[in-house]
Amino acid sequence: MFLAWERLCTLSCRPKFLKTVWASKILGLSTSAKMSLRFKNAKRIEGLDSNIWIEFTKLAADPSVVNLGQGLPDISPPVYVKEELSKIAAIDNLNQYTRGFGHPSLVKALSCLYEKFYHNKINPNEEILVTVGAYGSLFNAIQGLIDEGDEVIVIVPFFDCYESMVRMAGATPVFVPLRCKPVDGKKCSSSDWTLDPQELASKFNSKTKAIILNTPHNPLGKVYTKEELQVIADLCIKYDTLCISDEVYEWLVYTGNKHFKIATFPGMWERTITIGSAGKTFSVTGWKLGWSIGPKHLIKHLQTVQQNTVYTCATPLQEALAQAFWIDIKRMDDPECYFNSLPKELEVKRDRMVHLLESVGLKSIVPDGGYFIIADVSLLDVDLLDMKDSNEPYDYKFVKWMIKNKVMFIGFCNIVLYVIVDL
Amino acid sequence: MFRNTTAICLHLVGPLRGKKSGASLTRCLHQTLTMAKRLQARRLDGIDHNPWVEFVQLASEEADVVNLGQGFPDFSPPEFAVEAFQHAVSGDFMLNQYTKAFGYPPLTKILANFFGKLLGQEIDPLKNVLVTVGAYGALFTAFQALVDEGDEVIIIEPFFDCYEPMTLMAGGRPVFVSLKPSPTQKGEPDSSSNWQLDPTELASKFTSRTKAFILNTPNNPLGKVFSKEELELVASLCQQHDVVCISDEVYQWMVFDGFQHISIASLPGMWERTLTIGSAGKTFSVTGWKVGWVLGPDSLMKHLRTVHQNSIYHCATQGQAAVAQSFEREQLHFGRPSSYFVQLPQYIQRCRDHMIQSLQSMGFRPVIPQGSYFLITDISDFKNKMPDLPGAADEPYDRRFVKWMIKNKGLVAVPVSIFFSLPHQKFFDHYIRFCFVKDESTLRAMDQKLQKWKAELTP
Repeated sequence: MFLAWERLCTLSCRPKFLKTVWASKILGLSTSAKMSLRFKNAKRIEGLDSNIWIEFTKLAADPSVVNLGQGLPDISPPVYVKEELSKIAAIDNLNQYTRGFGHPSLVKALSCLYEKFYHNKINPNEEILVTVGAYGSLFNAIQGLIDEGDEVIVIVPFFDCYESMVRMAGATPVFVPLRCKPVDGKKCSSSDWTLDPQELASKFNSKTKAIILNTPHNPLGKVYTKEELQVIADLCIKYDTLCISDEVYEWLVYTGNKHFKIATFPGMWERTITIGSAGKTFSVTGWKLGWSIGPKHLIKHLQTVQQNTVYTCATPLQEALAQAFWIDIKRMDDPECYFNSLPKELEVKRDRMVHLLESVGLKSIVPDGGYFIIADVSLLDVDLLDMKDSNEPYDYKFVKWMIKNKVMFIGFCNIVLYVIVDL
Repeated sequence: MFRNTTAICLHLVGPLRGKKSGASLTRCLHQTLTMAKRLQARRLDGIDHNPWVEFVQLASEEADVVNLGQGFPDFSPPEFAVEAFQHAVSGDFMLNQYTKAFGYPPLTKILANFFGKLLGQEIDPLKNVLVTVGAYGALFTAFQALVDEGDEVIIIEPFFDCYEPMTLMAGGRPVFVSLKPSPTQKGEPDSSSNWQLDPTELASKFTSRTKAFILNTPNNPLGKVFSKEELELVASLCQQHDVVCISDEVYQWMVFDGFQHISIASLPGMWERTLTIGSAGKTFSVTGWKVGWVLGPDSLMKHLRTVHQNSIYHCATQGQAAVAQSFEREQLHFGRPSSYFVQLPQYIQRCRDHMIQSLQSMGFRPVIPQGSYFLITDISDFKNKMPDLPGAADEPYDRRFVKWMIKNKGLVAVPVSIFFSLPHQKFFDHYIRFCFVKDESTLRAMDQKLQKWKAELTP
């Protein structure tokens, strides 16, 4: 399992954004500055250049460091998945362009798989788009449907690209936090983190174009319940809003929990884009294949973005993915099916890690799903004397200290600081 | 207002809310949406239509056609490339996971090394190289990074059709300047070198709002390989007006008849203002791998990196590993007869010559390309003999001709008017484009179709 990583950002990131915009306005009028004025970046990426991960990846690159930071498996993908790709590498015509909106055999497999959940036929050509990872689907959805001046509701904490992609589209992210209500005597779990329905409702207005939902959630591991999703669905319908549902961890749901697709709720299919990931489904993050599923009148706009951005995704990988899907689609009730075996395997690792964290005094939020665990480090009360001068949040400093002194790279989570402040 | 939405059935939404989740919905209910707001973002205005969709669809519907339309080889990639991919997918299992966002390190390293020598430039793999999803992805990233609302982008016609919509999507204004053929001697075939820019006209297109100039050499669809003098003219204008040059060089190895491909970034004063785009797909005949790259100065590349990390973040690892290994092989053979970059253009030149001969014997008048995958051919004679082909009233002749040819003659080509801006399409509606980068068997099948056609013409 992995501690909180990926690109996590909260409200504390915003001051950073404003600072960068201000700095960029200060440009001299010398010749070299004049040239740099002309080579100035387009406004859409103003303030989106900083990447905190670069610094931490460098620190973690030391081979003696155990990397539990980034959200990628270091176990092998299933054998049959690797075998399919190997077979396909030898087939000539799979080395050339395929259909732009998705390789035919792949969109057919996706349609066949997801029809079981939507209880309705899904048109493989008009209601599915294959993208460069789920990341690419998020980009296509936001570029295709979000306009300058729109508001997009983002639930905190969030996978950090949501904010930057919304800003790149010229829209305003409107944040609403998940808050923890722990029950005495009970181990803290991700289900204790909930939205306040009134607070959520207050974020919706006539400018709200979409809400971005992520279930199972990164980094908390929260799996939204049916009731929680119904609250969101009701608001989407009431305020005439779209829903972009990031469900990359849809198979990674642990005992006692069930993944619900908000697009299957009444009135929601027509306003929802549901995003999935081959990388997280088959432990092949490096294949960079994802998909968007939704109604034709929304998917067609994502397809327009596709034909003006990458045009098509890699052929051999799509074919291999299709073959892998066919193998598992045929045995969905079998414990050997990867959609069943992977969460079982990861649940054991999750429990082991929760136990290990407890043994060093770290209190973790037990995730109901996903790849990550969040741990509260405040109880350790670590002396970060040599990191004192930095303006960075506590968790950034803690992580650097961990890498330096404990030879382990964990991610960091601003939410820890947020919780302490709240109490 | 319900602009561009499907049928609205407001009264049906109420009853739906009462149903349990996952309940079965009929097809028509499935597609309804009540949304008073406009659905799609304004950046998609005018760019949703894609001319290829219709032609690709038509080609796939007709049985027994010879596809000389879309630009991809139908022969095998070189063995070393196939082996490289097999090695990438069956070797280290960690190649199934994310690599570095801006490029798989062995690939950025070899690209820096290889192109550094070609461009006569120190290239840093981290600062001056970005790996993208095909050259198409590179173009998109460049436009998004640098073109702002109201910026002007100079595009040479005929142009690879995505340049215009990518400019529009970035809020830019495309400014077109046409390559025009000079009159040829009677009986002499036209050549792509004969199509030129008027220097005065070109200079007049640069304004204080010009942000970028798109260069494509060798050019798609014409096959023109810009000469040193032509590039120097473009270079001097870019420097004079402080404009960024985006140089699409995907066909850089596909050069014939002893012509030389020159990268504008290698000219004095140009490295610091040029983004050079390349394609593994065209380099190694593996268009389906979708691996491309941009080379350029850090001052420009940093903006492309920002777009990249906010759009797709990573490119697929194994394709990159295979391209790296393929370049490593080529580096060992570079300049020698065994180099793929020597053998491929030799083979393709023979394909080109075969096609030219076959087309000429049919009464087509091909423009002999100096490079690229394509040639265009003048169909004026056909336009004179059969001016009234089925199609919409204002549909350019070449599109009607291509559709008719696919349906009736079993040959797929592409109308050249799609490579021109809308106002100029009517002046260039008498050319169609063929791709000759095909297997021998495909060219023989083309000959059969042409011979059958010729027989039908003979009274």
